[in-house]
Amino acid sequence: MTTENAVEPAPTSDDGGRPLLELSGISKAFGAVQALADVDFEVYPHEVLALVGDNGAGKSTLVKTIAGIHTPDQGTVHFDGEQVHIRGPRDAVDLGIETVYQDLALCNNLDVVGNMFLGRERLNAVRGMDEISMEQRAWEVLRSLDVMTISNVRLPVASMSGGQRQSVAVARAVMWDAKVVLLDEPTAALGVAQTQQVLNLIRRLREHGLGVVVISHNLADVFDVADRIVVLRLGRRVSTLRASETDPDEVVAEITGARTEREVGQ
Amino acid sequence: MKPVETAERTPEAGPEAANGGATLGTSRGFLRKQLQQILAFASLIVLVGFFALANSNFLTWSNMMGILVSTAVIGILALGTTYVIITGGIELSLGTGMTLSAVMTGVFLANLGLPLVVGVLGGIMVGAFIGFVNGFNVAILKIPPFIATLAMMLIAEGLALVISGTAPIYFTDVPGFTSISQGTLIPGVNVPNAVIILIGLTAVGAIILNKSVLGRYTFAIGSNEEAARISGINIRKWKILVYTLSGAFMGIAGVVLAARLNSAQPSLGVGYELQAIAAVVIGGTSLQGGKGSIVGTLIGALIVGTVTNGLRIMSIPQEWQTVIIGLVILVAVYTDILRRRRQS
Repeated sequence: MTTENAVEPAPTSDDGGRPLLELSGISKAFGAVQALADVDFEVYPHEVLALVGDNGAGKSTLVKTIAGIHTPDQGTVHFDGEQVHIRGPRDAVDLGIETVYQDLALCNNLDVVGNMFLGRERLNAVRGMDEISMEQRAWEVLRSLDVMTISNVRLPVASMSGGQRQSVAVARAVMWDAKVVLLDEPTAALGVAQTQQVLNLIRRLREHGLGVVVISHNLADVFDVADRIVVLRLGRRVSTLRASETDPDEVVAEITGARTEREVGQ
Repeated sequence: MKPVETAERTPEAGPEAANGGATLGTSRGFLRKQLQQILAFASLIVLVGFFALANSNFLTWSNMMGILVSTAVIGILALGTTYVIITGGIELSLGTGMTLSAVMTGVFLANLGLPLVVGVLGGIMVGAFIGFVNGFNVAILKIPPFIATLAMMLIAEGLALVISGTAPIYFTDVPGFTSISQGTLIPGVNVPNAVIILIGLTAVGAIILNKSVLGRYTFAIGSNEEAARISGINIRKWKILVYTLSGAFMGIAGVVLAARLNSAQPSLGVGYELQAIAAVVIGGTSLQGGKGSIVGTLIGALIVGTVTNGLRIMSIPQEWQTVIIGLVILVAVYTDILRRRRQS
């Protein structure tokens, strides 16, 4: 089995159908560094897709390209079957692509409501902020995601735990009719219980029909939630694996570029 | 693959809980935010009590009004710059920018003989333009705020001297101008307009900071600029707006000062910026950005005005007054550091 073959008949999501988001032939260079080289990428609704790879493999660049932070040098993007051009974070958000960044990207001094609505505040008749309506909506979203750990949405997020903050970041991402959610290392800084909270949250996003992309170094987390696993190595997509049909050893082999015995045997 | 662990829970459970939570959450957050203003206000009361005991002339109506009038100019400057400091910036051209606004008001009214309203609005626009240029330099050219506004401080100082020919411009022939500061809008109550303007601008400033999107983004930029940017907030635009708003307040301060002195003094103004920044910091606004309040700034300005006035009444020499104000700033900033340490 060559890596090419692993990519070609890309396994579709459980309910078949066409991808929500499809990238073709994406390349991106920073100076002399080719961060992404001719990468294809697709996300289906109702699935959790894990994006794995070693440091510098291009995971974050790929996610930032989808999120509109980077503009690709080459390649096309289709969303819901139509070709789109994502030129900035706003474009991605307008399409329904939301991103939760590794460093959380929350404003520590703002409260939960302020963070969830940041950049998209609800205004009242006199162009002031409609705090009551925003607060009610924030509660609705947190409840719908079963986030039970936040008891006061008027506390600054600086005073909250990593798990609570990650919940706020995820809730903020999905409350805007998101169709695709990108999570960059969502469990990196969390303890065991808080990691489970966030993984449960990710499952709930899938139940809600979203396409979820999770970047992670933690293969236990990946096998815990992911349906498919896409491996990047040195800016290229080297394989696509179904979580139910593979194991961590094979994934590690793909990440590092080592051949597994099984592959050699074939 | 693992089965989904959590059974479907009803998202509809939200609304009632949301209503209960709304009131509770708001009131708790409110109290928390008020705490440092209450502390600053308590310090102000202690200071007033101290000076009242130290000197019987302190706690008189006329001296109280004197404190308020002298607080007005620094207070108005401080209100505007509160926004800038909350974004994590600084504004050093406040004093000389105010002077340039006052001189230009003099040019419009005394030299060119424009109508009062036009001249006054023109003076305010000059302040707003200075702020706009500061905002442009900081947000677009990415010049650090300290350097950008330090350069503007010198530019404004020089321009004020050049335009005025280094001589004061008097408003003697401009009827009604001095009443902007010295008259009283409310008949029967002996409160000068300068004080009413200060109070009015405090209300406006507080509403903008707490209720408008501009205020929310001011906090967001100071708290985590990168987060604000990837939330889709146009940082450049809002930063320029914040500096322009601060500039407009600076222009108003220039008009109020000129009306109080019945003249535009081109050599006056250096040092006002530090007193204004002191007022902001004493009022609980963090120089690291992301935290602050308008009411706190008003209290801070009153503390600066009270200390200055009280020391003068106690016949403490001018030089020592400056030293003491400096010490007050150190104490205020250290208190802020202590507060932050306790929080984290």
